[in-house]
Amino acid sequence: MNRLAILKNGLLKENPVFVLLLGTCPSLAVTTMAVNGLGMGVSTLMVLLCSNIAIAALKDFIPDKVRIPAFVVLIAGFVTIVGLLVKAYAPDLDLALGIFLPLIVVNCIILGRAEMFASKNGIVDSALDAVGMGLGFTMALFIIGSIRELLGSGMWMGIPVTAGHIEPIAIFMLAPGGFFVYGCMIALIGKLTKGKSVKKKSFGCAGCPSAGICNPSDKGGSES
Amino acid sequence: MKEMMIILVSVILVDNFVLSKFLGICPFLGVSKKLDSAIGMSLAVIFVMTIATLVTYPIYDKLLVPNDIGYLQTIVFILVIAALVQLVEITLKKYVPALYRALGVYLPLITTNCAVLGVTLLNIDSGYTYIQSIVNAVGAGIGFMLAMVLFSGVRQTMEQSDIPVSFRGVPSVLIAASIVSVSFMGFAGIVDGLFR
Repeated sequence: MNRLAILKNGLLKENPVFVLLLGTCPSLAVTTMAVNGLGMGVSTLMVLLCSNIAIAALKDFIPDKVRIPAFVVLIAGFVTIVGLLVKAYAPDLDLALGIFLPLIVVNCIILGRAEMFASKNGIVDSALDAVGMGLGFTMALFIIGSIRELLGSGMWMGIPVTAGHIEPIAIFMLAPGGFFVYGCMIALIGKLTKGKSVKKKSFGCAGCPSAGICNPSDKGGSES
Repeated sequence: MKEMMIILVSVILVDNFVLSKFLGICPFLGVSKKLDSAIGMSLAVIFVMTIATLVTYPIYDKLLVPNDIGYLQTIVFILVIAALVQLVEITLKKYVPALYRALGVYLPLITTNCAVLGVTLLNIDSGYTYIQSIVNAVGAGIGFMLAMVLFSGVRQTMEQSDIPVSFRGVPSVLIAASIVSVSFMGFAGIVDGLFR
């Protein structure tokens, strides 16, 4: 595969949030403000980059049978490092993200890319894939965050835009607004990339790349 | 006792894990199509959340904190939960095959479920005692079940409705979740009303 194509894949055609429907929990939870979405996206990007590189480098040493636990330990290690860095240098962001910072460990995007890409490809390709996917994730969170912040508080990145002129619709900052904006964005992206994006019959666990390994009913329960 | 009831009611209704804290969205969207699978998944979640809390809390309190390695909690918790789910699965398969047939398929899905890791981390963050943590975990599981069961009913009704092409599938489900979540906002303040 062309290296540029790997990088570009994650941005729109295989956007992890809008097309592959991965990492839905943080996409909904931390996007009350654009800057939080950005912070979450960058933190995830860092973890993804480190874990993809490490897994691509170690893939020949990790026995196939214990690869998932091994990946999870690697990812959890990087999440802890990134979490400590954020706590030290961006304490405001740490407060805003709260529990969702350690929960990057269970973000399907990271384990999914490890299983689908990094364990099959070289270090450079895996790093490019991580950057593409990470940027796609960051972009998606930033867009959702911007819409919710603008509608919910009339501000953007903390700068007043419509505040004072139009009454803000506070519900967009709350849980229902998150579901609503996310649903509308998926519909919009689906419309824009009609026929070009990857086909998804259903979603949720079936849309998660680790579904094959974590759902034994697909394989007739052979794993357990 | 009153304190326990406050924790229980607020985690089930006010701070519902799925609809207001956004934890466990994947199974909420993926497994809520049919009522029986929604119930099976929720029972498995309640079970694993409770056991995970029973085990991780003492590990944090008695092992990590005295040794000053509290920052390792994420790594330790995810490993403990993964091992625990495997153990539960093996035990059920061997000794309670009926229960295994009902819950077995859902158990492996739970390892990477953020609601389970979330509840164990939140127990520590909120500074709950051991008993309070267990109540919180059971309540979080029941809240998850409530959301799943309610939403599976909503989705069955949605299957018969005529939805615009662009919104078919995921987007319409998310909009429906948004409306269900609005209804849960109505519970805000119920704790004060009931107990104070």
